[in-house]
Parts: sequence; C-alpha cells; structure tokens
Amino acid sequence: MEITELKKIATQVRRDILRMVHAQNSGHPGGSLGCADFLTALYFEIMNHSPENFDMNGRNQDIFFLSNGHLSAAWYSVLARSGYFNVDELSTFRKIDSRLQGHPATEEGLPGIRIASGSLGQGLSVAIGAALAKQLNNDQNFVYSLHGDGELQEGQIWEAAMFAAHHKVDNIIATIDYNKKQIDGPTDNVMSLGNLAAKWKAFGWVVLEMNGNIMEEVVITLKKAQNYIGQKEPVVILMKTEMGMGVDFMMGTHKWHGKAPNDEELKNALEQVVETIGDY
Amino acid sequence: MKKYISTGNKDTRSGFGAGLLELGRNNPNIVALCADLTDSLKMDAFAAEFPERFFQCGIAEANMMSIAAGLTIGGKIPFAGTFANFATGRVYDQIRQSIAYSNKNVKICASHAGLTLGEDGASHQIMEDIALMRVLPNMTVINPCDYNQTKAATLAIAKYSGPVYLRFGRPAVPNFTPENQKFEIGKAITFNVGNDLTIFATGHLLWKAIEACEILEQKGILAEIINIHTIKPLDQMAILSSANKTKAVITAEEHLMNGGLGDAIAQLLSRTSPVPIEMVAVNDKFGESGKPDELLKKYGIDTQDIVKAAENVLNRKKSENENN
Repeated sequence: MEITELKKIATQVRRDILRMVHAQNSGHPGGSLGCADFLTALYFEIMNHSPENFDMNGRNQDIFFLSNGHLSAAWYSVLARSGYFNVDELSTFRKIDSRLQGHPATEEGLPGIRIASGSLGQGLSVAIGAALAKQLNNDQNFVYSLHGDGELQEGQIWEAAMFAAHHKVDNIIATIDYNKKQIDGPTDNVMSLGNLAAKWKAFGWVVLEMNGNIMEEVVITLKKAQNYIGQKEPVVILMKTEMGMGVDFMMGTHKWHGKAPNDEELKNALEQVVETIGDY
Repeated sequence: MKKYISTGNKDTRSGFGAGLLELGRNNPNIVALCADLTDSLKMDAFAAEFPERFFQCGIAEANMMSIAAGLTIGGKIPFAGTFANFATGRVYDQIRQSIAYSNKNVKICASHAGLTLGEDGASHQIMEDIALMRVLPNMTVINPCDYNQTKAATLAIAKYSGPVYLRFGRPAVPNFTPENQKFEIGKAITFNVGNDLTIFATGHLLWKAIEACEILEQKGILAEIINIHTIKPLDQMAILSSANKTKAVITAEEHLMNGGLGDAIAQLLSRTSPVPIEMVAVNDKFGESGKPDELLKKYGIDTQDIVKAAENVLNRKKSENENN
C-alpha cells in the first residue's frame, strides 16, 4: 500500500480513538495516538493475515499481540478498519454488553483478539509461546507484539527476554513503544529504563530503532526486521513515539495517558485530525 | 466394608510423569514446560524422549505460565509443571489473565502440594492452592489420590479442552485404585456404601478415610466414602444424593479449611440440603518441617482425626433428630 494511503488510514484511526474515548468518557488516548502509525503499518502493509476468516490458532498467518492492552482503542480501530469486524461496532467501546472491552479480551469473542491483556508484562511470554507453536507446526509466519516502555519495569519481560534468546525464538518481532512516559510521569522520574538498547542486546536480542511516527520509517524498519527472521535471534524494535501524537495539547505530556477529552477538547482535537476514509 | 489393598507405596507425581510420557507418545500436540524441577516433577522421561516438545523455562514460573498460554494459540496442549506453591500463588495473575480469563487449554501440573511435602517446611507446603484455583472462572480443579488415579487424571485432562489445575504430591503413598482406570472429570467415585455418615475425601486423605472407615466399622458405624477427585466442577448429584441419605457429612483434604473441598461442599449443601458437617482440614495455619505422617498427625488431618470427626458429626446428627 502507498505510504500516503497508510497515512490516511492512520489519521482516521486517530479520529476513531478520540471519538471512542470521548463517547464513553473513558479510555487511554495518549499511547493509542502514539502507536496509530505502527498499528496501521502492521495491519495494512506488513502482516500476512486474514481478517475475514479470523482463526484463534492463527495457523499459516502472521499474528499480533497487544501486551500493553490499554491501547485497546487504537487496536480495535485498526482491527475494524482492516476488516475483522464492522467499524460501526467501534461506537460500543467500553460500554455495557460490548465486545470491545476496556482492555482486550477473548471472552466476548471479538475477532482479532487471541488473549486477554491489560495486566502488564505477560504479552511477550504469550507471543513467545505462540512463536514456539509456529515452529512446532512448521508454520513460516511471524509473531508480532507491542509493549509499553513503562511495561519493561515488569520483571516477567526480562524472564521472557532471557527465554527467547536461550531457545532461539527467531520468528518473533517485538516492538517497544518508547515514548518515555507512564501514568505517574516521565519514565526517567518513575523508574529509569537506562540504556534500553544495551539491555536488550545484553539479553541476546537483535535491536532495531525507529521513529514510530514517521510512516515511511515504520514500514522500512518492520521490513528490515523481517530479514532477521530465522537467524537464531529474537528481534526487538525500540520505537520512539510521541504520546498524544497528532493532537497538539495531548503531546509532550503524560497527562492524557488515561483521560478522555471533553466536548470542547474533542472538537479542538478533531479539527487537527481530519476525516480521511470516513467516520464510523 | 469393601477391602482396599495397596499394591505398594508410590508417589502421585510419578503417576503424572507416566501419564505425560504416554500422552507424548500418542499425541504430537502435547508439549511440556518445567521451571528447573524436571526430575522432581517426573517430567524427565518426557523431556528425554521428546526434546523438541519440552521447554525448560529456568526458575521463571510467571514466564512459563504465559508461554504455556501462548502455545495453545497454534493448537498445542501444554502441561506446565512445577511445585504447587510456584504453580499458583507465585503466578496467580498470569493464570488469571492469560489462562483462566482467556480460557486457554493449559494444564497446570502442581506437585509437592500440601503438608506431605515434609521437611522443606511451610515455605513450600502450600495449603491454599485449591482455594486460589477454584475461585477462578473457567478453571477445573483436580486432586487425585494415588499413583494410578493421578496417571488416569493426567490422561483425561488432555482430552478435555480448557484450563485445568492438577494437584498431586511428593511422598510415596498407598497405591490402591485400579490400574488403567477410566477417569471421568467431575464424576465422584463411591468407595464404600454406608448409611450413618458420608466422608467426602480428596487426594492423599482418601486412603486415610478408608482407614478411618475400617475403625468406625469396628465400632458399628457404617460410613459411606465418596472420593471427590474433581473439586471443580463438583459432582453435585453424587454429593446431594449421599448427604440426603446419611444426613451427616465429613470432608477430608490436605488443605486449609478456608477455601478447600470442605468449603465447596458446605456451600452446596447449605444452599440445598443443610446437614451437620465436620471438616478435616488445616485450620488457618502454615505448616512446618517434619515427616509427612508426623505433620498429618500434628495438624489434625490424620486417620484418627477423621474417626473423631465422625463421632462428632454423629452426635450432632443425633441431637438434631432429638430436637426434631
């Protein structure tokens, strides 16, 4: 897909996120806006997947896990826009009787979701398990995952990192949303992450870096990451993003991590993020 | 009463290991994971014969449980083994979110459960694990009684699709149930028929219940013994039917009273058929180092404690009859 088309979709995903979170006055717009470009590139350009025939086992296709489940609004929008379910259903986000739970869940049977997430730190292990199953099944497709940078404070992430290198899980591409912010403030203040690239390298991973808000760079880097598949080492991409990307008053602060815009703020935000392929 | 003869003492964990090996030979989708306790869990034979389907996780149980959940995505049937303490309390949130809430076909295989772990002491002697697992929606909880039943349960849970907690133990204990028995999840087994009271027993305490029943018989008391190997889902029909007949119930388990088999049965009976219940279980205490038999005695879950509970429950039954 042309980069200009991907950008249009990402812009629409941002509108979806803002409207979904506003409608229920609940959700996590900051990180969702920051990762809209990445998720769009993944689902519309990078992954080999079959939205119309969702299969829990994901045999013979690429699969993706959202470990930082609070970015659900962004993921649901991308899933709907790529055909997993009707975009009209986005209006039910976080409402009673919805398949679009606050954090991703399998219980309600929403196509595209293969495991519950929300409690942080588990998704890398899950993705590694799914990657091992692909190896056992001689399935040549890949497993992708996304994690918050604050999430790296969970010890289980490093258990998983050690395991993947030891067992040569080389069909996984994990991406870290490196926006340097978390609920209580900048990661440097809350719990410094130190030299992340050095940490992952020391754990035996191939480390790539990219700006997650430049579509061209996202596509090129993800394709580059695919070249490392099958080389006996797991791959991680440190993806620098801006929390709240696309909406000026949501950028440069952690305050919109889990806060919905009011009517006036939504109007202001939507003027900056214009409709491209049609609102739900 | 019917005589039960032990064919010799064997540990239940070896029943698990034998079952796992057989599963590995018959189903290529069976995979196993362990956290640096392969020999203790008796998973070494599986690991040696199927190295490509065995995943050593190191001392990282949280990672192991979530990897097991991931393996189900792709159609694998993972058996994740470690000590009961590290298979439940240590990894509760991983089980809750990635396995139970996500309804994944993971078999959590927990050895060294309860007091009979022995000398390692209370740090390892988990007696809360049944409670922790039975409150989770979607979770099936099974606590077999001897080697043969553990092997049969291991084979049975592979055929069932959904999260299972399989609890077994460390010491060699009497092996008295039939070899190659059919194991039905959720189906209680009657070991003795009697009219005076019912003993619902699970795990290692089933053999103690049989010993107690023999003692009670000499005193002219005929106890019914029902083995509840599946604590969740409970065999409600079997429990209600027996309790309604005998009107006096004892529960026996190697677990805390809070949240265990006794609680589960009391919850069922109190809502439908209240009868006097005595619970043979550990009352709100951590264990300590010692030999298994010494510990069962000290913590009040031995044969004589079941006999005493029987006398207590019969007295209560009698006084209720008189009051009526």
